[in-house]
Order: sequence, then structure tokens, then C-alpha cells
Amino acid sequence: MNIKLNIQAWCSVQNGTVICNGKKIVSTDNEQGFSEFAKQVYKNQQWEYPKFFKMDRLSKLTFLTAEILLKELTISSEEKEQLAVVLSNKSASLDTDRKYQDSINSIENFYPSPAVFVYTLPNIGMGEVCIRHKIQGENAFFVFDDFNPLFLKQYAESLAQNNKAPQVLCGWTEIDEKGYNSFLYLASPNGTLPHTEETIKKLYTQS
Amino acid sequence: MENPIYIQEPSLITPLGFSVSENVSAIEKEQSGIHEQHRTDILDTPFYAAMIASEKIDATFEKLGDPSKYLKLEKMMLLSVAETLEKSKLHISEKTALIIATTKGSIDALDPDNSFSEERAYLPVLGNKIQSFFGFKQEPIVVSNACVSGILAIAIAKRLIQNNVYENAVVVAGDLVSKFTVTGFNTFQALSNGPCKPYSKYRNGISIGEAAASVVISSEKNKTTAIEVVGDGSCNDANHISGPSRTGEGLLKSVQSAMQEAVISSKDIDLISAHGTATIYNDEMEAIAFNRANLQKVPLHSLKGYYGHTLGASALVEAIIGFEAMNQNKLFTSLGYDESGISEPLNIIQKVEKKTINTFLKTASGFGGSNAAVLFKKVAFEH
Repeated sequence: MNIKLNIQAWCSVQNGTVICNGKKIVSTDNEQGFSEFAKQVYKNQQWEYPKFFKMDRLSKLTFLTAEILLKELTISSEEKEQLAVVLSNKSASLDTDRKYQDSINSIENFYPSPAVFVYTLPNIGMGEVCIRHKIQGENAFFVFDDFNPLFLKQYAESLAQNNKAPQVLCGWTEIDEKGYNSFLYLASPNGTLPHTEETIKKLYTQS
Repeated sequence: MENPIYIQEPSLITPLGFSVSENVSAIEKEQSGIHEQHRTDILDTPFYAAMIASEKIDATFEKLGDPSKYLKLEKMMLLSVAETLEKSKLHISEKTALIIATTKGSIDALDPDNSFSEERAYLPVLGNKIQSFFGFKQEPIVVSNACVSGILAIAIAKRLIQNNVYENAVVVAGDLVSKFTVTGFNTFQALSNGPCKPYSKYRNGISIGEAAASVVISSEKNKTTAIEVVGDGSCNDANHISGPSRTGEGLLKSVQSAMQEAVISSKDIDLISAHGTATIYNDEMEAIAFNRANLQKVPLHSLKGYYGHTLGASALVEAIIGFEAMNQNKLFTSLGYDESGISEPLNIIQKVEKKTINTFLKTASGFGGSNAAVLFKKVAFEH
């Protein structure tokens, strides 16, 4: 079997701006922190999903990028059910790991919380997206030193060729002390842009 | 299958020993690695966990390098990979992948009492340590997908090799017992007050453990009998981030995906090594999923009673014991089980027994709604 994947849609979030398929969806004051920005996107998009505010920062970033991307698509619930999700970043869940570590550093100031601990895994945000959209396909979270378009392409193609998923939601979702950025795209036989390392890289750097 | 993929030269670094044979011999004698730990640097009260003495790791590590230069998990993973590479005599080429499975990596580097820099907690830094130590040519692929990471890494290696991205891969999995994870599971009130008892009526939570494990995955076979990876699947529950699905949906889908690919029906499976963490929710979810898959009569064990839950390493450690069960045609006891604490029947192994094992299913489930299943088959070749 030889399935050809294309890039059907993409969405990127950084510096207070959300761009989806080349179109600016949200643009805010870049000076504000991520949490304020996330709140503004939530309001701007008129979401009604209060669970969003319980999420940690990485999950919020993953969730909001996927939410906007999937809204811009025509994708049936059957297609969503079979969708694979392949995400990656550099810092895994260290952003929340540090927060949890601070809560256990001293006996005098010891306040570990299960609500924080549960987010100390990078794949939890992916789980949040799956819950929201009833996605029950293949899942994998990878960690690389830098955005790795070649690997995303290779692994998404392997899933398609091995008959594990007709479509793959791929990308990068990174948050750390230094800042945040995310880029998700849908690899699907339906798209028009070629699913090549160059195109993935171009879309990632353009936005 | 068009591109068969094989397992070669497993290695284990666990509280039960630093070789596969030591591990298997302890399991055969039903010896657990879980003990009461008095480690106030981790938790102010005693707790049950399966831990490896740092002194033992350091003494063994001397043959590879200076133990003071590496964190505990780095040393465990380096020791494990070194043994797998030595036994397999693998030539590391441009087409050799290094796949690392871990949930928390060297999370102990975040602890202010730890003398190593915080940078070492970054998973790519852990990856680079292993890569440069052995001279892997490609950037390491780190899989961090909660407690299914270890078995998912095998599926990933298989898929990439079948699609000619790589010719072979070294898969290494590892996780630590740390203040971070012990206090975390403790806040969930998930820690057992004795060695954990998967599927038992008398269970009361998990025990944590630490381990490292590695294998080579390759399209080449180097023996007259080999273990082939015949099917895989890793599906999300889409239900809850920290609790498994009540219907076992994601696990069922993962098992079905693996069986469909392998063209195997439930009656062909000889052994299941399940996740069996000994929490009510997990054990019950598995019982439901395996019944829905019509696997309730297949001999099944959880090895958490020996190793505790070694998180990202667990499924690879347990798969390796499964390979030995296949090699020796032996069922190993599900330690800690006595009376059933699940609502649907499972054929839980209660004593060591001889049985021909040709087909083996390994499953795992974890936070984030993750599940994974991989099927292995014993194959014999003519010389």
C-alpha cells in the first residue's frame, strides 16, 4: 500500500498571535504572559469549556492550538475517532515539573498537589485534546532538542503506511521559562500542500 | 509479513539483578524487589518501593566510566545499553536509531540538594549523554508518553524500520524512584502500605519501582529461533487524564489493532503480560477490556508485584520477562494475587508452570488516557 499524505491545515501560536492556514485568528499584546494570552484566546473564541482553566500551561497551549485548527477544518466525528496525534517538544513537562518541585523542596513549605502532579507528563495535553474531540487513535509524544520536521513526516507516514491511522495531527508544543510556541498541522490524503520536510519547516518558520 | 521485525539481546538493570538471568531466577522463586524504604530524603514516612542501591550501580559502572560524572538514571541506562550492544555486536550505522523511553528522565536534577545542573533534567540532554557515550550517529528519539512509553518505543522502532527510515534500533527505557514521583503518587493516596497486589481483593494501591531495560530491534535475525514483533497499537481512551476508561475502550482498541495487524485471534494468544498496577480502577478497566477482547481465558500476569511500577520502563522490563517466558515455555506467577478483586474473570497465573508459549501479548496503560499493546511471536528458522 502506498498512501500519500498532504498537509491539509496548520496552526501556529507564538508571541501572542494565533495564525491558522496563513490567516491571523487572534493577535494580542505580546508583552502579556502566556496565561493572560490563553484567557484572551478563550474569550475571543467564545469557548465554553471551563476545564480549560484547570489545565497547566503546556496543556492549555496544546489544547488551544488544536481547538482552533480543528475548528477551521471539515472533519467528521468518525474521522476524529480514528485520528492519530503525534506531538513533540523540547522541555517535556518541565514547566509544570518545576512548579511541582517547588511544592516539595522544603519540609517547612511542603504543599504537593495531585492537581499539579497529574500534569507533570508531556502527553497530558494530548489527552485533553483527545477527550475534547473524542479522538481514540494512535498517540505518541516525542522530545527533541529542536523542532524536527523530518521525524514528524517519517513517523506520520509510517502510521499511515502501517494502516494505523488515515490522518495524523502532528506538531510541536513547547513552553518553558524562556517562552512558548506551538505549531500543529493535519497530515491527510485530502490536503493540497506536499507533506515534505521542506514544507513543514517552511510553515513552521513562516508563522 | 513483508518486513518482519525481530527482538535481539535484551538487558535489564533492576532491583532483582543486573542481568536477564538473575531477574528470571528471582521471578521463578517468587522473590519481590519491593521492600520497605526508610528514605526521609524522599518521603518523611516509610514507604514500599523497589529500589536499586546507588553503591551497586556505581561499583558496576566503574567498568564504563567515572560514576561521579553521571546521574543515577543515566548510569542505569548506559549500563543497560552497553550490555545490549556488547551482546548483539550491533554495528551502529547511519541507519541505526536510538529510541529512549522515559516519563521523568533525570527529574532528580531539579532537586536543590542534587549537585548536578538542572539542565540534566531535559530529556534531550539525557538523550545526548547516551548518544555520545556509544557514538550513535542519529539524534536520539525520546518517547515520553506516560506509562506506556516502554512498549510504545518498540512499536515506534518497528514502524520506522518497516518503513525503511532505519535498519535497526536500540530501544532503552528507564525511570527512577524519586522524591518527585513518590510524593506525587502519595498525594493521590495511591501508594500501597505493603508490596502491591495486582488484581487481588486485598490490594490497596501501587508500589513504585526503578529500572532500566534495553533491546535491539532489527529486520535481521541472529539466531535459529527468534522473537518477532507481529502487531502493535496505541489508542487513547478519550475519557479522563488521570483515570482509565471504565469500558477499557483505548486498551481494547490497542489490542484489536495489534491482533488485526498480526492476523491473530484471541485463541492464538498463549500469555498476556498486563499492566496490573494494583489500583482498583486500572485492574478493573483491564478485566473489562480483556473480557471484551475475549482474552479472559489466556494465562495472564502482572509483574508489578516484583518490580513495582517502574513507570516508563515498566512495559519494556515486563516484555523482556515475557520473552524469557517464551524462550523457556514457562508461565511466571502474578505475585501478590490471591482472591479476585475484579468484577470480571481473568486467568491469573498463580504458580510457575510449563506451557508452550508461541504468542505473547504485552499491554500497558497510563495517564493522559494512553494505552499500548504489542504482540510477539516465536519463530523458528531452518539453517
